[in-house]
Amino acid sequence: MADPNDHIDVQLSATALSLQVCRDFVVHPSCGGLCFFEGTIRDLNLGATVTHLEFEAYAPMAVKEMTKIAVAARNDFGLHAVALHHRTGDLAIGETAVIIAVSSVHRKPAFEGCEFIIDELKKTVPIWKREYRADGSHWLNAHP
Amino acid sequence: MMKIQCFGVARDIAGGPYLTLDQLEGRSVAELRQALLRTYPAFGELVSFAIARNEEYASDEERIEAGDQLVIIPPVAGG
Repeated sequence: MADPNDHIDVQLSATALSLQVCRDFVVHPSCGGLCFFEGTIRDLNLGATVTHLEFEAYAPMAVKEMTKIAVAARNDFGLHAVALHHRTGDLAIGETAVIIAVSSVHRKPAFEGCEFIIDELKKTVPIWKREYRADGSHWLNAHP
Repeated sequence: MMKIQCFGVARDIAGGPYLTLDQLEGRSVAELRQALLRTYPAFGELVSFAIARNEEYASDEERIEAGDQLVIIPPVAGG
């Protein structure tokens, strides 16, 4: 039986992510559709000016949960390969927090698989972000 | 005494990266949650919080065993 994590590349990184590395992992002669999602740090949240964000992860479990999502996407959408890379540490405005790259024979599963991965990541992967503003900081999503 | 690891807002509530609770072995995850809320009422002010046991989300019915790695998972915010 094939390795269950075949064609899956999950990384949690304290240094800058590379779209090229993700593309190189998923590109394949059998695939006519590559789809990418890149999440970047924006300067405004709910009308307030953000100076930077801090990402913290429970690393071993985050990697496990990211791998579960990537494998589910590959199997359920029939993707060829999935790269899912996420940052930790302090990120400035405009920096990249997450990159998802997927490949498939045709484009529709690539679009759908890519969206599935970012939606699920936001629900289950134990990563937290602290938002810094000129007047203080707080953990996002923590309180109603 | 068992150590429970805390991340994000849970670390702020606990006042550090770990908190300790007595007599958890054999108790359910639901009982752990109740003990946390009694000792640190601020956990009740969160949107929600989950417990991870040995790097997996734990259900309320699971029993805690000596040597378990327990972690409080406040609402996640990746991406």
